[in-house]
Amino acid sequence: MSLRLSLGRPAAIRRRFDLSSVLAISFLAVVVLASLLAPWVAPYSPIEQDYTQMLAPPSAAHLLGTDDLGRDVFSRLIHGGKASLFGALLAVLVGTLIGVPVGLIAGFRGGWIDDVIGRLLDTLLSFPAIVLAVAITGALGIGLTNGMIAVGVVFSPVLARLARAQAMVVKQELYVDAARSFGATNTRILWRHVLPNAVQPLIVQVTLMLAVALLAEASLSFLGLGVQPPWPSWGAMLTRAYHYMEAAPEQMFAPGLAILLTALAFNALGETVRVLLDPTN
Amino acid sequence: MSMSEQGASGPGATVETLLSVRGLSVFFKTRAGETQVASDVSFDLRRGERVGLVGESGCGKTVTGLSILGLLPRGAARAAGEVRFGGHDLLAAPERHLNRVRGRAISMIFQEPMSALDPVFTIGRQLSETIRSHFDVSTREAQERGIAALDAVGIPLPRQRYFEYPHQLSGGMRQRAMIAIATVCHPDVLIADEATTALDVTIQAQIIDLLIRLSDENGMAILFISHDLGVIAEACHRLVTMYAGQVVEDAPLDDALVRPRHPYTAGLLASMPTRQKGARRLTSIPGRVPSPADMPDGCRFAMRCTHAQPDCRRAAVALVTTGPAALARCRRAHELTLAGVAA
Repeated sequence: MSLRLSLGRPAAIRRRFDLSSVLAISFLAVVVLASLLAPWVAPYSPIEQDYTQMLAPPSAAHLLGTDDLGRDVFSRLIHGGKASLFGALLAVLVGTLIGVPVGLIAGFRGGWIDDVIGRLLDTLLSFPAIVLAVAITGALGIGLTNGMIAVGVVFSPVLARLARAQAMVVKQELYVDAARSFGATNTRILWRHVLPNAVQPLIVQVTLMLAVALLAEASLSFLGLGVQPPWPSWGAMLTRAYHYMEAAPEQMFAPGLAILLTALAFNALGETVRVLLDPTN
Repeated sequence: MSMSEQGASGPGATVETLLSVRGLSVFFKTRAGETQVASDVSFDLRRGERVGLVGESGCGKTVTGLSILGLLPRGAARAAGEVRFGGHDLLAAPERHLNRVRGRAISMIFQEPMSALDPVFTIGRQLSETIRSHFDVSTREAQERGIAALDAVGIPLPRQRYFEYPHQLSGGMRQRAMIAIATVCHPDVLIADEATTALDVTIQAQIIDLLIRLSDENGMAILFISHDLGVIAEACHRLVTMYAGQVVEDAPLDDALVRPRHPYTAGLLASMPTRQKGARRLTSIPGRVPSPADMPDGCRFAMRCTHAQPDCRRAAVALVTTGPAALARCRRAHELTLAGVAA
């Protein structure tokens, strides 16, 4: 994408970054750094079991307690962040790379191309999302990467639909005709004029999808199609804690809150990016 | 508005014809089949000549302008006939050829400067995009040319405006920026579709003066598409009047103003406000334009024409020669003496 940020003067920058975006970006930075530096940051190994310390409550030694096999929850949270973030980003990336170009072309070209793409999208959308993801994972082989690619494929028709609708609106704009009258080719008009003007709701949708993808990773791991034991991910931790909900309810809080807060931070980030990319703001 | 001072009757007949529209018909696809919105439109544009294409809304003047550049909505419209330019028929030319012509040889400006500029890019980006799609120049060179173009259309502080977004400019400045983009490659022909309609009167006059200056300096021909005869009277050498999809009169401006040959042109002139004291009531032409789906067989203006005779309604009327380089689509063109405006 050939978008250039219009940052302007420092005062303008400060006005655009309000408290929520500062908090969101700081939180995401901490999460990303902790995930990348997990081997050095985490106090314990995420897979080392200690049968003397099963389902222990939070203490000085284990900040967030231990799980049903006596593994340190804090360390697993830090290590699991990498899998969860990678999975979410991969799914959304795949969804965007497939959905946005397909949708833009369908909306921009119209006619039979639009009809064909529209029916294909309908077909994809008619499958229940999780069933389709399971089927694709089954075909590609079990594992987090394949699972999240499958989730991305499931996401793509939603983004394609949105991109198509946006392209249909933007292509009617006078500046598209004007660009054509100045000699811009169709390809150029599509990527240089239609995409940048259609991108705002797409950005919002993408950030919402990052949050959904975090949960999808949890679902796939729950079904055993995502991260394979003993390695942690937030989703896998949540499902595991779910089994001991009666005995140790506090086990669910750490991965649950991690997913919730990260999802919220993605949404706030999306809003910030949207505002930054809008030159009239 | 001063109609006498532009006095010059335009480039003589010896000047080369740049653009020749021949028998252009435009059809729109509708549920009921095809509707013809322009029929057999023909006119020429010579180097440096400014031609005014007037008519009321829906008379086919805008689709005529759009079809010259192949900008009619694809799938929904179809154009037949010929648009000769530079040895090619633009209507039959492949998209690749059109892309080389658009913006480089023939350019267009639109009515709404608010919406004709892409809101997410700076003026400079849109200028340099146009330059670089036609010339193989560096970014820096494109920038210099772009700034020069902004300067040429009278935008103050061009070096600063170059980096601004459309919403940071006023309406008049945006239209100037549009003109800068349209003329940055020094096209031979500029199509100005209601280019001043959305602007207030003082800005309107400035923009017209600017277009006249650019045309005089670079020998650029301009096709002014407008419903505002005042604008055309001020700027053009020749007046082409369209009614219900047809050219009804094509004459040198002064002739058309002083002695219109078609009752519709006369009606348009009569309905122009004048500056005289104790102004009369504005005259209007009674009735409405016939719908494209329901065109009368005979003269299309007959039902609104005060000079119509029974014969007028019988058969289609052809263009008749009414003078040197003057045509009118009226059976009675030679016998009627129609009032124009005082020169």
